[in-house]
Formats: sequence, structure tokens, C-alpha cells
Amino acid sequence: MSADTRTPEPGSLVARRLPPVAELAVASMALVITGGIYLVAHLPQRAPLGPAVGLLAAAAVLLVADAALVSRLRTFAWRVFFQVAGWVLVAYVVIGGMLEFTFVYDGTRGALLVVLTLSLLVFALDIPMLLGFSVARYQDPAQPAIEGG
Amino acid sequence: MTELAAAQQGEAPDVGAPERLEVQIVPVRALPVVAVVLVGLVVAVASNKMWALDFFHVVGGALWTSIDLFLGFIIGPILGRLPIPARTAFSARFMPKMVLLMPTLVICTLVAGWQLARYEGNILTSSPNHPWVLASLIVVGVMAVIAIGILEPANLAVLFELRKPAPNGELIGRLMKRFIYTAGVTGAMQIATLVIMTRLSSS
Repeated sequence: MSADTRTPEPGSLVARRLPPVAELAVASMALVITGGIYLVAHLPQRAPLGPAVGLLAAAAVLLVADAALVSRLRTFAWRVFFQVAGWVLVAYVVIGGMLEFTFVYDGTRGALLVVLTLSLLVFALDIPMLLGFSVARYQDPAQPAIEGG
Repeated sequence: MTELAAAQQGEAPDVGAPERLEVQIVPVRALPVVAVVLVGLVVAVASNKMWALDFFHVVGGALWTSIDLFLGFIIGPILGRLPIPARTAFSARFMPKMVLLMPTLVICTLVAGWQLARYEGNILTSSPNHPWVLASLIVVGVMAVIAIGILEPANLAVLFELRKPAPNGELIGRLMKRFIYTAGVTGAMQIATLVIMTRLSSS
């Protein structure tokens, strides 16, 4: 077996520097998960919502910043990004729907349900952003969307 | 890279018959199976039957933990020593299955586990098991960040790279290293899960 010694050419898809979109999406996701664990830790008492709202707001800010960073990319495989992000969004709407069903079924209501629902929403938007970007960054911007599963 | 590209174009004599890898990102034919499993999970939650919840949680969790440990500590090191064409051929057939399998196992384990903890009162702060449930949530949180934030993006990026006429072996190698770097953390989290769950079930 010969060693694979090819190094990325300067300016190639692999070598190019892009904004920290993936890192921000992971940070946003981690904040949402932390908020969820915080709320659950207090059951059956209602946790003070301040910290959870703060974590959710921070996660939402990171998500918006992430969207702004992505939208400013000029040379980018947008078709592949939307293709991947779209299907991942469908998957996470199903997963988020299952969790929301569980919350409602368990009798969660009021402000707590609103915080949990918004957390799921941010989570369900973080992942498509992360996966869409992670795939599209290595694709040729001129490439059309990929056919087939 | 030359070896990888040559192998995929059928020019490498040591990798057998010429074969161009057909990589499917999501195994579409398996989607109905996933749908059936998820419908079963909803029925288990809605019916609130102890056995059904136990089934989804134990089966899903056992498979999740076992697959994670088996891949991280058995398959991973073996794969790391294989020639690049062999790794590529394995990954092209194996990783699409993981795209569907692992999220399904995770959602079944978590949803059924949550209902089970609620059913048995373990999520209540008054329960002596509450700290263990909390610990398991933290462990799951760490694993979720690693799986969704680090491994799944690499998995998908590799699959898309493999579909190119001349995949970049250096990029694939770099992305696959994430699995090696995180295997220790994931393994530790899974062993922590085993400790927590056996404590919960025996108390």
C-alpha cells in the first residue's frame, strides 16, 4: 500500500478557510441540551425559568449569527447545502415531533412547554445548518444537487 | 489519493475486479422499517405499558451501547490498519446504514427511557434514583454533542466525497480521524451508561 501523500492545493475546496459555522452550531446545540438538563433536574418542581431562557436565548443568538455567516458565503455549494439541510430538517422535525409529543402527553404546559418547544425548534434548526454546511464546504460550488438517496 | 482513485476506477490490481463504488447516502428501502419502529414507539408511549417502554428502552439502549463500543474498540482499530481501498469499500457500504440505524436507536432509547423514568418516579427529585437519572442525562448530552456535532458531519461528508469520480483520500482520512479521536470519550460515556443503568435497574 502506498501512502496517500497528496496535499490540498492552495485555494482548493479542502484548504480554503471558512467561518466557524460548524463550531457555532455545535455550541448552540450544547446550550440547548444544557438548558433541557437544567429543567429536567428540578422535576416535579418547576425550575426557575431564568437560566433556561438565558441558555435558550444564547443558543438562538448563535443560530442567527450562524445563519448570517452562512448567508454571506459567496463561493459555496448552495444546492448541496439546501439539499442536505432540507432532508436533515425533515428528519429532525420527526425527531423533535416525537419529543414534543412526549412533553405534551406528560402534561407539560404553560411557560415550561414554550421554553421546551423553542429549545426543540433551535435544536431542529441547528442540525440542518451544521450538516448542510459540513457537506457543502467540500463540494464544488458549480455542482448541481446530487441525485438519488 | 492516487491509490484510492485508482482503486475506485478499477486500476489497482490488488483490489480485485474493477468496480466503481455506488454510494447511497440514505438507504431508502429501510425507511419503512424506521417508520414502523417509530410508530411502535408512539404506541408504546401512548399506551404507557411498562413492558413496551422497557422493550424499546432496553433493546434500543443495548444495541446503541453495543454497536458504539464494538465499532470504537473492535472494528475501528481493524479498519485503521486496512489498505485505503478496503477502508473506502467498507465505509461506502457501512456508513449509509449507520445514517438510519443510530438515530433510530437513539430516539427509541431516549423517548422510552424518559417515559420509563417518569412511570417509575425516577425523575422526581424525591427519588433516591434521581441523581443517577440526572447523571445519565448528562452522559447522553455529551454523547449527543459528539455524535451529532462531530461524527455525523464527518460521516455525511465522507459519503458525499465517496460519490465523486475521484474522491480525495486525504480529506476522507482527515474526516475519519474524528472517529478515532472521539472513540475514547464515547467509550467512557457508554461504560458510564452501563454503570448508571445497572445501578438504576438493581435499586
